[in-house]
Amino acid sequence: MEKYYHSVRLLGERCIGCVSCARHCPTEAIRIRGGKARITESRCIDCGECIRYCPNHAKTAVTDSLDDLKIYRYNIALAAPSLYAQFDKNIPVAAILAGLQRLGFNKVAEVARGAEIATAALREHLRTPGIKRPVISSACPAAVRLMLVKFPELIEHLSPIDAPVEIAARIARREAAKTLGIRPESIGVWFITPCPAKMTAVLEPIGVMQSELTGTISMISIYGELLKEIPRDTVPADSRLASAEGVGWALAGGEATGLGDAKVLVAHGIRNVSNIFEQVALGKLNDVDFIECLSCAGGCIGGPLTAINRFVSENSLKQRLKAMRDRGEQTPAEPVADAEIALALHEGRTIEPRPALKLDNDIRVAMQKIEQIDETLKRLPGLDCGSCGSPTCRALAEDIVQGTASETDCVFRLREMVRDLAEEMVNLSTMLPPSLNREAVGKDPVGQIRSERLLPDDKEKDKRG
Amino acid sequence: MPEEPGLILEFPLEHYRFEIAGEASSKIKQVVRQLGVNAQTARRISVCAYEAELNAIIHAYGGFMRVRVLPDRTELEVTDAGPGIPDIEAAMREGFSTAPDNIREMGFGAGMGLPNMARSADEFEIRSSPENGTWIRMLVRH
Repeated sequence: MEKYYHSVRLLGERCIGCVSCARHCPTEAIRIRGGKARITESRCIDCGECIRYCPNHAKTAVTDSLDDLKIYRYNIALAAPSLYAQFDKNIPVAAILAGLQRLGFNKVAEVARGAEIATAALREHLRTPGIKRPVISSACPAAVRLMLVKFPELIEHLSPIDAPVEIAARIARREAAKTLGIRPESIGVWFITPCPAKMTAVLEPIGVMQSELTGTISMISIYGELLKEIPRDTVPADSRLASAEGVGWALAGGEATGLGDAKVLVAHGIRNVSNIFEQVALGKLNDVDFIECLSCAGGCIGGPLTAINRFVSENSLKQRLKAMRDRGEQTPAEPVADAEIALALHEGRTIEPRPALKLDNDIRVAMQKIEQIDETLKRLPGLDCGSCGSPTCRALAEDIVQGTASETDCVFRLREMVRDLAEEMVNLSTMLPPSLNREAVGKDPVGQIRSERLLPDDKEKDKRG
Repeated sequence: MPEEPGLILEFPLEHYRFEIAGEASSKIKQVVRQLGVNAQTARRISVCAYEAELNAIIHAYGGFMRVRVLPDRTELEVTDAGPGIPDIEAAMREGFSTAPDNIREMGFGAGMGLPNMARSADEFEIRSSPENGTWIRMLVRH
């Protein structure tokens, strides 16, 4: 079994074995076993839905911490536009960046700059003749992993353009290494992340050998400290700030905004992403140029590691964007250079599907298993209650056939079995040994009750003719 | 000749029951993926099933789909007792459609059904008459 790294983890002591996470997992990766949630690594896409739905906060995302900055000579923080959305529209971006720097970074760079470059690269890519349409965004790592697990047939639709955070990291690392004259490896580049999938993307990147990032720090973990550090007086920005086109990427539809008159569709929320992938696979969206798909409802501002309710943050970011547009900051002040566009493309990346659904390596055995699953499923109540620890009756049937669960795990089946057993016991209790069975005198010496029990009804009828 | 062992999946398709449209094809796709059939082949099988499913639901007053999955191939057979296709050659052309307006307004009936099936299947056979409705057989090699 191949090992996959995941940033979504379980805090065992907090898990009470309820099935909230298992039922909300879009890839059915979670089972409750031994009273605790277990994640099947090959199926987990790090979307963080389980973190969102766990009532006991037993699901968490492993990210780095500010302590990890000590390891590097020079540290750069990458601030996503979703971070700006955590603050009131009247707090200037320059102040947020300055506050972040005070937490211990040598420099802060905007991911929105990477987003501007990605937009320009995407515009150019969509003009390329002969590409497989619709092009599907590769910006959201959870959406991409959903594709690898559930829709590997769509891999050729994936956009070849790197996520804005990777582009921003690449530029920041190169610039710092050049200005300071130090090796790029001695620079720590940290993304302040709204989601666990970005953490996984750093440690187990898809299609590329290595991520440009050193690590990620959860947005919610530094939010309190950051609030205190944000200067109340005006601070000058130390470089040109990104435009609304880049900052808008934090909202669903933001990526598609800069694509001019291309035919675009936007899907946000992991189940909607799954549905749109299904329609692409059926060939129903061949006339669409580009599909933006984001695992979190609302876009990155809805990430499980954000601090502020997504509707509140959506409102404040929209107002911030409007103010930027009113100031004439809709598009980048300087057009994105060709050299920058080249930084956004990753040539020769190979993306492998994940064979997470296959029941057996031998197709004949797999066929028998499908039949067994169907037979088992017929005996289950179909309530999808999850009490057995599998998210649906169908998933339990699969687990039973795969040998990881038993039919008695179903409380309803167990009850039926107990009832059958009880009936059997009542029947047995009515049987008397021949020495005490006076009513049977003169009849069949073996005893009627017993012979009836041994013979199935239909055979008995046959005998009677 | 006795049939080779295979998985049989059967789906009754009811006329105008749009709420079930897509269920058969997604079930078939799930099964072949679980069998380890590669993703692109599974995609072609599900396109064949989906278009056949919709045709039966929209045009044919309902019908029946029988899918047989064998280790090396999937066979799909769709029968209906509908009005038949008067001009199969025309119906096989992309964009040709006899779907009524109310169906087109729902986004169906773009005239891609039969061409899509023919393109996605390795073997495609169709017979149709006003008396016996339409019979389609498709084969996709794994």
